[in-house]
Amino acid sequence: MKKHDYILQTRGIHKSYRMGATEVKVLKGVNLAVEEGEFVAIVGSSGSGKSTLLHILGGLDKPGRGAVSFEGRDLSRFSAGELNRFRNKAVGFVFQFYHLLDELSVLENVFLPTMVSKSVIGWLGYRRQARRRARELLVQLGLSDRANHKPYQLSGGERQRVAIGRALMNAPRLLLADEPTGNLDSATGNGILDSLEELNKAGQTVVMVTHDERIAQRARRTITLADGKIT
Amino acid sequence: MHWAQSVLALRSRMYKIILAIRYLIRCRITYFAVLAVALCVWIVVIVMTVMTGLVGGYKLKNHKFVGDCVVGTKSLVGFAYYEDFIKMLEDTDYVEGVSPVIKSYALAGQPGTGQDIRLEMIGVDPARHSQATGFAETLHYHVDDVSKVFEPREDGGLSGCVIGIDRILERDSNGRYTAGPYPADIEVAVSCFPLTSRGALVKATTGLVNTKTFYYSDHSRTGLARVDSSVIYLPFEQAQLLCGMGGVPKRVNAIHIKFKPGVRLQEGCQDVSSLWRMFKQAKTDESQSYLLDAVTVQSWRVHRRMFIAAMEKEQAMLTVMFGFVGITTVFIVFVVFYMIVSHKRKDIGILKSVGVSNANIVQLFSGFAFLIGVLGSSIGTVAGWLFLLKINRIETFLFERFGFQLWDRVIFFIGDIPNEVEFKVLAVIVLSAIGACLLGALVPSLQAASLRPAETLQVGQL
Ligand SMILES: Nc1ncnc2c1ncn2[C@@H]1O[C@H](COP(=O)(O)OP(=O)(O)O)[C@@H](O)[C@H]1O
Ligand SMILES: [Mg+2]
Repeated sequence: MKKHDYILQTRGIHKSYRMGATEVKVLKGVNLAVEEGEFVAIVGSSGSGKSTLLHILGGLDKPGRGAVSFEGRDLSRFSAGELNRFRNKAVGFVFQFYHLLDELSVLENVFLPTMVSKSVIGWLGYRRQARRRARELLVQLGLSDRANHKPYQLSGGERQRVAIGRALMNAPRLLLADEPTGNLDSATGNGILDSLEELNKAGQTVVMVTHDERIAQRARRTITLADGKIT
Repeated sequence: MHWAQSVLALRSRMYKIILAIRYLIRCRITYFAVLAVALCVWIVVIVMTVMTGLVGGYKLKNHKFVGDCVVGTKSLVGFAYYEDFIKMLEDTDYVEGVSPVIKSYALAGQPGTGQDIRLEMIGVDPARHSQATGFAETLHYHVDDVSKVFEPREDGGLSGCVIGIDRILERDSNGRYTAGPYPADIEVAVSCFPLTSRGALVKATTGLVNTKTFYYSDHSRTGLARVDSSVIYLPFEQAQLLCGMGGVPKRVNAIHIKFKPGVRLQEGCQDVSSLWRMFKQAKTDESQSYLLDAVTVQSWRVHRRMFIAAMEKEQAMLTVMFGFVGITTVFIVFVVFYMIVSHKRKDIGILKSVGVSNANIVQLFSGFAFLIGVLGSSIGTVAGWLFLLKINRIETFLFERFGFQLWDRVIFFIGDIPNEVEFKVLAVIVLSAIGACLLGALVPSLQAASLRPAETLQVGQL
């Protein structure tokens, strides 16, 4: 039974940045819809506004105009608390530059989203379970022997896989990946793409942005972003 | 469970504790923040301790010098019927000791040398005066038998006198006095101007002054430079005669009072004051009653305010100056935090991308600041305490090794640098330091938390 047609839907998203006196219009009315279980790639040249769009989809930024709805609910109507819960539980974000916390170990980085949502006591009760899940994810991502390393001790591909682990920790309904292979050599990048593909096969909805057509081919559907619009 | 959560953990989140501690340990710049806090606490603890110690010591010496309360007049003529008032005082239940005192100026010198100098003459009954003030403690040879302080060792028919230590002994370069086993054989001729009850000079045996010779029998060290360099104590009756106050009715210049333990200074002085009004009322018809009008009742603080106020001014000035040091600390800590938080902007973006609220971000950095404040002020306190513990040894070492001295011991009279840390002062310093850290962390973290995560995360991408 489905309450809504699309897991993610946007209507006429506009976004512009102010650069001094001039206003740079980055997104000029983006309409897109993603169904549950899809693997969508958004392709566009560098500077076309892919990251901007993905941030808006994940609730990390707000559109200037237009609306994003997640499972039929308008993100702009979320309270601050709801938005935090949305970021914590509903979406997982994978960044081009990994964005891991250097002060935490690999394992801690992975279970961070769970730890963030628990009080001290809640965490003490839940810690074993969280650790087990984080370890499982690391095994799944081929990082089982790296759990206690620090992010800076890992290679780029390994860091990106840790970031994927973190994004998956709370089993989000939507995984957003911003050029997940952008900083990696092609072999390593392929490994990451394999992981995403596998996840998708297991039912994970994935939206990935990339400037590389060949990488986009790995997705099941490709959308092109050009001149601030989907073409 | 929910209740327990709120109370025990104050709804604190685990990651905040972990991250705050990790930031503290892992970021080198936090060491500088801790060091800055520690240094400021260190210096302020030392200066405030020394200063409050000096001021406190100075007040105590003044207090001991005059007792709790002084009933007296500035006029050299003095006032009469003091015996009656003393009786009234002794009948109350709050007075422990009372001492009538003659105060005047005197010229003193070794007889025949013609090198007289001006001294402040104080005529006291030594036993009574010791009950009202700390007189006995200031003596050298008669600490244990004050009543004999005016009895010279060799009876040459003269009575003794007690001289301010700086008038009789020299200090060496270490600031120490060297007193012999007995008072040296010194005769002192003391001349006073006897005054009638109307303030006129009395025609005395040798012209207009009364002169009498005393043996130096002891010296007094109050620790108050002005007193120790200008005072000469004489036996009460003889001083009274020298000043022309021995006629009928006899006069004195002041009555020094010590209250029983537990009597509040303010209340004691008020009681003495009303007692004095009653007494004055009863004496209105007596001769010389007009002299009673010039008499005031003052607590020791008021009586010595001229000297104490100057010292307190200095302390206030110093407090203000260290207030500036405090402001500087706040600023330094602020800058350090600003740098740390700027450095951690990306982390803030990451945390927000996994659903951490703004309030929790601010709390995380406040907790981090609190840790720095506590750690820094603990280090500063311990270091300050250790330094104070050794301050006198350090000072002595510097002096003996390099001849460096904070003050010239021949001239100044600070025996030991005070080094007892007052808990209240310490608490204020430590709390301000922690407050400064929190303040320094609050602004940049509020600012960073209010950014949209996309903005903070972009930093790494540009
Ligand atoms: N915070 C910002 N302020 C100003 N301009 C921005 C900001 N973020 C992005 N831009 C601009 O918006 C455009 C799109 O950026 P971005 O979404 O990062 O593109 P992409 O990810 O497709 O390379 C770029 O021209 C970039 O310079
Ligand atoms: Mg981008």
